[in-house]
Amino acid sequence: MERSSEVMEMGTELGKYKTCVSARSTNKEILKKSQDGGIVTQLFAYALEEGIIDGAIVAGQSDEPYRPRPFIATTVEELMTSRGTRYNISPNVSFIKEATRSYGLDKVGIVGTPCQMQAVRKGQLYPFGWRDVDSKIALAVGIFCMENFPYQSIKQLVEDHAGVKMESVKKMDIGKGKFWVYTERGAVVQLPLKVTHKYEQPGCHVCLDYVANLADVSTGSVGSPDGWSTVFVRTTNGDNIWAKAIAAGCFETKPIDQVKPGLELVSKLANEKITKNQKTVEERAKFGVNKALRNPYIKP
Amino acid sequence: MAEKITVGHVHMSGCTGCLVSLADNAEGLLTILDKYADLVYGLTLADVRHIPKMDVALVEGSVCIQDKLSVQEIKETREKAAVVVAVGGCACYGNITRFGRGGQPNQPQHESFLPIGDLIKVDVYIPGCAPCPQLIRNVCVMAYLLLKGTKEQQELATKYLTPLMQLAERGTEACGCDLMIDVINQGLCMGCGSCAAACPVRAITHEYGKPNVNREMCIKCGACYAQCPRSFFNFDVITEFEGIMELIDGALK
Ligand SMILES: Cc1cc2nc3c(=O)[nH]c(=O)nc-3n(C[C@H](O)[C@H](O)[C@H](O)COP(=O)(O)OP(=O)(O)OC[C@H]3O[C@@H](n4cnc5c(N)ncnc54)[C@H](O)[C@@H]3O)c2cc1C
Ligand code: SF4
Ligand code: SF4
Ligand code: SF4
Repeated sequence: MERSSEVMEMGTELGKYKTCVSARSTNKEILKKSQDGGIVTQLFAYALEEGIIDGAIVAGQSDEPYRPRPFIATTVEELMTSRGTRYNISPNVSFIKEATRSYGLDKVGIVGTPCQMQAVRKGQLYPFGWRDVDSKIALAVGIFCMENFPYQSIKQLVEDHAGVKMESVKKMDIGKGKFWVYTERGAVVQLPLKVTHKYEQPGCHVCLDYVANLADVSTGSVGSPDGWSTVFVRTTNGDNIWAKAIAAGCFETKPIDQVKPGLELVSKLANEKITKNQKTVEERAKFGVNKALRNPYIKP
Repeated sequence: MAEKITVGHVHMSGCTGCLVSLADNAEGLLTILDKYADLVYGLTLADVRHIPKMDVALVEGSVCIQDKLSVQEIKETREKAAVVVAVGGCACYGNITRFGRGGQPNQPQHESFLPIGDLIKVDVYIPGCAPCPQLIRNVCVMAYLLLKGTKEQQELATKYLTPLMQLAERGTEACGCDLMIDVINQGLCMGCGSCAAACPVRAITHEYGKPNVNREMCIKCGACYAQCPRSFFNFDVITEFEGIMELIDGALK
């Protein structure tokens, strides 16, 4: 039996990190439309202003509501247009080489889901087609992620299940066990997650990372009070940038062990995700009659 | 300073782009040649006519089976080299030479080009057109550690090189279609976009998050599938990215 390298040791569900805090941006403008504590937008804005990055690949707007499109923000104004979570796929990594070419960036910022952070690190260690990219990735910010959806799934959930027009949505959120849709006129519709599950992107079901273990800095709402974010500072690079941003007064922070529900919930959800998906990976090995589905954690 | 390894560049039917990619490592290449590797064979680079014994052969290009000398040389390479590395899409998969059908002066009968793996056993693949200088560099450093490093370094190098050896075992055919067949059809695509960023001819766009390959444009270099985190993802190596990148940087100082 081949042993796959995905076997996670207990206690590794949160990845390596140097510090973990609860935080939010001190910039009220950013907080007006950020998903949670505005960590991503604030950190990139600081890094742009300080010349730590000269642009950031973010999920920008497209011609359809709540359908993100990778976008390279080179100003704080442009960053502001990318605030907020869009629960469907934005192939941000597809711009990673282009950012260093057509856009001429030497210091690239990128935000993405855990799988996109995995893609970035694989591309740095194994750059098959990413010429001259590896040393130009200056700040990789990861966002926690339980699952993602195709655009059509989100549309179906919002329009058919929640009965809201995509154009009237002010914010979507997944939290406290529900999928929330807030409308511009102030209505709130909630769907239980058992309704949303079947619409998930299939590729998410073999995903073994919840809190973007491979980012420089990763963040999400889970663990912190409303309007605040949980932040893991992971790499030496991330640590340097985070320390400077704190010194510059970009964030208010609280020790993670002094907020509710705290790290325990993050760990619990991470373990739940990894255990469930690990099981899926194992079931794929005996999916057919003596026929397996492919396991990327064993070999290409 | 530990002993160096011996390396050769074997040129089959390729455009020399792979060699240029190797050379694009500039100072890094000089450090490699200074500290880790002696170049014992290479067109225009080393004045040697016959393929000598060597630790690592970096083979560029596919083999024209109507060209007796090429066929003989690739076999000789296998005999003389401990490790054969297929560098670039042509050596791995045929790449652009797959579309060859002869008719070119001054050897119009040269029409059939095969990836080297169809004629000899290949140990390591570096797909891509051109393969990235940084991947060639990483493989050179790891090959050195594998042959001359400490026990710990040998273990790391083995883990690092394993997926590149598995790609060599996987076969000699590649195409943008691999994203459909081995990723999307297998329920594995998560829409990251790595594949599109890897494609040298911009044949890949993303429609609602999933790759869409313009198959007329695809030159069959194999970069997209190799780059995809859902072709292979070796946690034991990639999770250590910070340390490994420092190690490689340090080795080239
Ligand atoms: C699909 C998905 C699932 C998530 N699941 C969880 C979860 O289970 N638990 C949890 O705690 N947090 C989850 N998050 C993260 C959370 O919703 C917030 O994105 C995160 O806390 C950042 O908020 P912020 O206020 O710091 O960022 P903001 O300042 O509001 O900026 C948000 C950033 O996210 C980027 N972004 C938005 N949508 C996408 C997308 N689809 N793909 C890539 N980048 C995008 C934008 O470019 C922007 O830069 C998820 C996010 C996504 C996209
Ligand atoms: S669940 Fe995993 S694979 Fe799916 S979008 Fe989130 S990080 Fe990516
Ligand atoms: S690189 Fe792989 S997982 Fe990512 S979008 Fe392309 S096919 Fe999908
Ligand atoms: S789609 Fe592009 S990257 Fe993939 S094999 Fe074809 S040419 Fe190469």
